Amino acid sequence: MKLFGKKVPEQVTRLSILLILIIVVFVFARSALVPPDFGKYGHYRASAVDEIISQEIKYAGHVICYDCHDDVVDTKSGGYHKNVSCEVCHGPAALHIDDPEEFVLEAPRERGYCPLCHEYIPSRPTGFPQIVSASHNPMKACISCHEPHNPKPPETPRECEACHAEISRTKSLSHHVNVECTYCHQAPDEHKIQPREFLPSKPSKREFCGGCHADNSDAPDEIPRVDIATHGERYMCWQCHYPHLPEAI
Amino acid sequence: MKELKTNTDNNIQRRKFIRNILFSATALFFPKFIGAESIGKIKDWVLFGDYNAKDHLWGMGIDINKCIGCGRCVNACKVENNVPKVPYFFRTWVERYRIFKEGETVVDSPNGAIDGFKPQIESNGNVIRSFFVPKLCNQCDNPPCVQVCPVGATFRLEDGVVLVDKEYCIGCRYCIQGCPYGARYLDPETLTADKCTFCYHRIVEGLSPACVEACPTQARIFGEVKKKASPLMRFMRKHAIGVLKPSLNTEPKVFYANMDMEVR
Repeated sequence: MKLFGKKVPEQVTRLSILLILIIVVFVFARSALVPPDFGKYGHYRASAVDEIISQEIKYAGHVICYDCHDDVVDTKSGGYHKNVSCEVCHGPAALHIDDPEEFVLEAPRERGYCPLCHEYIPSRPTGFPQIVSASHNPMKACISCHEPHNPKPPETPRECEACHAEISRTKSLSHHVNVECTYCHQAPDEHKIQPREFLPSKPSKREFCGGCHADNSDAPDEIPRVDIATHGERYMCWQCHYPHLPEAI
Repeated sequence: MKELKTNTDNNIQRRKFIRNILFSATALFFPKFIGAESIGKIKDWVLFGDYNAKDHLWGMGIDINKCIGCGRCVNACKVENNVPKVPYFFRTWVERYRIFKEGETVVDSPNGAIDGFKPQIESNGNVIRSFFVPKLCNQCDNPPCVQVCPVGATFRLEDGVVLVDKEYCIGCRYCIQGCPYGARYLDPETLTADKCTFCYHRIVEGLSPACVEACPTQARIFGEVKKKASPLMRFMRKHAIGVLKPSLNTEPKVFYANMDMEVR
């Protein structure tokens, strides 16, 4: 074999044939193995997005329930549960919307469901309504007293402990156990209905604590006394002593 | 007669002239049809109907102060996405952090908190802080899982969502190792990698993800990252925002408010 008038060495011919063969096999193999739409928009299979989108929707969303159940939604919109979507308690509703007769949604009526959110757990944010279900009307279904679409206490709690369980428990271990909450905090009656709108008062002066703890107070002798004028200098009492557990430093 | 012929000639010339103008005008517009931009547009119509991935950049905000650890998000996610109902397979889960006086931090998540948390009174009362942290795929803008995939089965779309191609995944688990947030798992049925998709099948329809839908306290907020009027941007303006493991430069798009420094 001659190229440009020169003889091509035998090994070069053989190697070029082999190289061409490898390239041809590679091109064929690649076109057979790589999906045709791979790399169309990026380093991925374009039709994969369509496959992911075609997944079935099971939660219908919070808007659509109003179309049929406007009375319930109206009840709910005025209460504390106004931002709780229907499907949180009633389950996924997409099938129910397609065929309301065939797929009927269930409502949790047993006592176990509501404590998922409302059981007292110390990690929960302060102010979120919580109960200790072991002592909160045991064996009674929640919905026998509370309308789940517009929940509120059937009667206003008499004791502060009903909501402020953690403080109450702390106080019960301290020397302040016999001091009523109302001795230091004047709570307006509305506080029990709208706790955040009507806040209870808090002591604001050192002299308030001095009522019992000052040298010249008439309180029983076993109460520890300090000189209110000089003790703790410019700090307020509760900046060093936690009033609900004054033993703690 | 001669006059008439001249007229006909003129007519033909005029027709030719108009036709040529039409052709040249078409030629003027022709490059626009095949321009890169138009191809992008056409592709978007073909792909998503009236959803255009280019117009969006999705993110999620999580307010830790609002999370009550009820686990409704975990449940909704498993129902919506057919995630195996056994432990260890989660697209989203809720962790409980307890920070003790001695400085020790204990994190637990019983079954991903799908049944909530059991009340647990601390015996020694040494817990100084405690809270719940919902977690999910962070849909990183710089995703390590996409970098390590050897076959291109996981990818980031223009709207910021990282997806897994279950047909193309070979189940090598590099991405599960690569994810610094532990957000991926191997689907025990298909033996392919799987993770949170921000409920991509829902957001292209204009719905919010199932976990956001099911959260009773609005601890999760879903929306656009770059549109000022979106609820997520309002949330981000109002709160001091943190992300998980910012030192890794993964640029997560799940933004936490009121996050304790112990959260990682």
